[in-house]
Amino acid sequence: MSIFEYNGGAIIAMVGKNCFAIASDRRFGVQLQTIATDFKKIYRVSDRLFLGLSGLATDAQTLFQRLMFKHKLYQLREERDMKPETFASLVSAILYEKRFGPYFIQPVIAGLGDKDKPFICTMDSIGAKELAKDFVVAGTASESLYGACEAMFKPDMEPEELFETISQALLSSVDRDCLSGWGGHVFVVTPTEVKERILKGRMD
Amino acid sequence: MGKAVIDVPPKGGFSFDLYKRNAMLSKDGVQLPPFTKTGTTIVGLIFQDGVILGADTRATSGSIVCDKNCEKIHYMAPNIYCCGAGTAADTEAVTDMVSSQLQLHRYHTGRESRVVTALTYLKRHLFSYQGHVSAALVLGGVDFTGPHLHTIYPHGSTDTLPYATMGSGSLAAMAIFESKYKEGLTRDEGVQLVTEAICSGIFNDLGSGSNVDICVITKGNKEFLRNHLQPNPRTYVSPKEYSFTKKTEVLLTKITPLKEKVKVTEVGDAMEE
Repeated sequence: MSIFEYNGGAIIAMVGKNCFAIASDRRFGVQLQTIATDFKKIYRVSDRLFLGLSGLATDAQTLFQRLMFKHKLYQLREERDMKPETFASLVSAILYEKRFGPYFIQPVIAGLGDKDKPFICTMDSIGAKELAKDFVVAGTASESLYGACEAMFKPDMEPEELFETISQALLSSVDRDCLSGWGGHVFVVTPTEVKERILKGRMD
Repeated sequence: MGKAVIDVPPKGGFSFDLYKRNAMLSKDGVQLPPFTKTGTTIVGLIFQDGVILGADTRATSGSIVCDKNCEKIHYMAPNIYCCGAGTAADTEAVTDMVSSQLQLHRYHTGRESRVVTALTYLKRHLFSYQGHVSAALVLGGVDFTGPHLHTIYPHGSTDTLPYATMGSGSLAAMAIFESKYKEGLTRDEGVQLVTEAICSGIFNDLGSGSNVDICVITKGNKEFLRNHLQPNPRTYVSPKEYSFTKKTEVLLTKITPLKEKVKVTEVGDAMEE
């Protein structure tokens, strides 16, 4: 049994036209028993920067607290928010520090950078960044997610169409994974607003 | 468990505090998750005016391709580049670190970096971690002593060669080099040979794939040809795109408008000192 399959989970981030969407499932379980069906895996680091953490839930919470601490110090020192690229480098450095005793998580970072250009990236558990221009996935359902996103993704989608695509990709993939599901949680971020939606999915 | 721990800010480098917990978990039969590896075919060769480096662009996690177009040719100095194979985080971190050390060294000495300097920094770091930092590198560059090409193994041993290949596709690429390499190649012949060697890795090795990246370094000049060749385009794009007639059911929607940050314009005299 892999440590990643202890809690389970699925996260996707997709790029659209001047917007991005990040989505996760809502299950929190201990191996095969479900404990909660409203568990948040996506954290809002700043107005336009979101962080999704899949993998071992305790490490996800610890890492989120450490990252918020560093981000808040940065905000106080620099008097501005961190750029998404800088935040990704910070997460990568914190994970690589633990190279020989890593955190068991796979982060997904999504944000709007300079000139409202969307930025998404994922990493493995020791901080190897993977910058993508279309979509990134993480979690126990990642193999199904890769397939669904490859098939359904189109470049330059408007926010409403992006929401529909990411939701369909997420729900169809988690339906094929025992350890993720119980609904979906989608954030669609444009330069003017953040739309947070809860999806109805199969509750099994 | 009664030790009082004062939280000292880390001085940089590796931190081993989760090692005990992870060792206990693996004793209970829990497997470590797979790291992103760059299966890879990386090559280098010396031609009449300098060095040419080449690499494929696939990154794998287990047997899944997690990045179809990653960059494996890393910048070390304006005249030195390094291709990396092995664990992706290790190759990136070690090349980044040595690149910064080279920059500091350039400030200290006031001279252009030499390839052997980069080589020594890398091999000293890798040897001190006894191969646990899994980075296999092909280092190439042109300094005032001429063009140089080296390979560096994860345990810290190095070789100096006129043509070199590393990674899971190294045998496929070396077959091409051994049959077609000759001294005194021109730039175009060199680029052609490197492309052929990488393609041989891409098509025959399962750990390598996607596109070919090339970097040509000569005295005082470098050309980074990202995606020089793309022999694997996606050919199955359906003209009839996905359209979802049955919309996803939404239970709850919350809209948060993003506030415009207040712009402060200074009017009036500046403060007296």
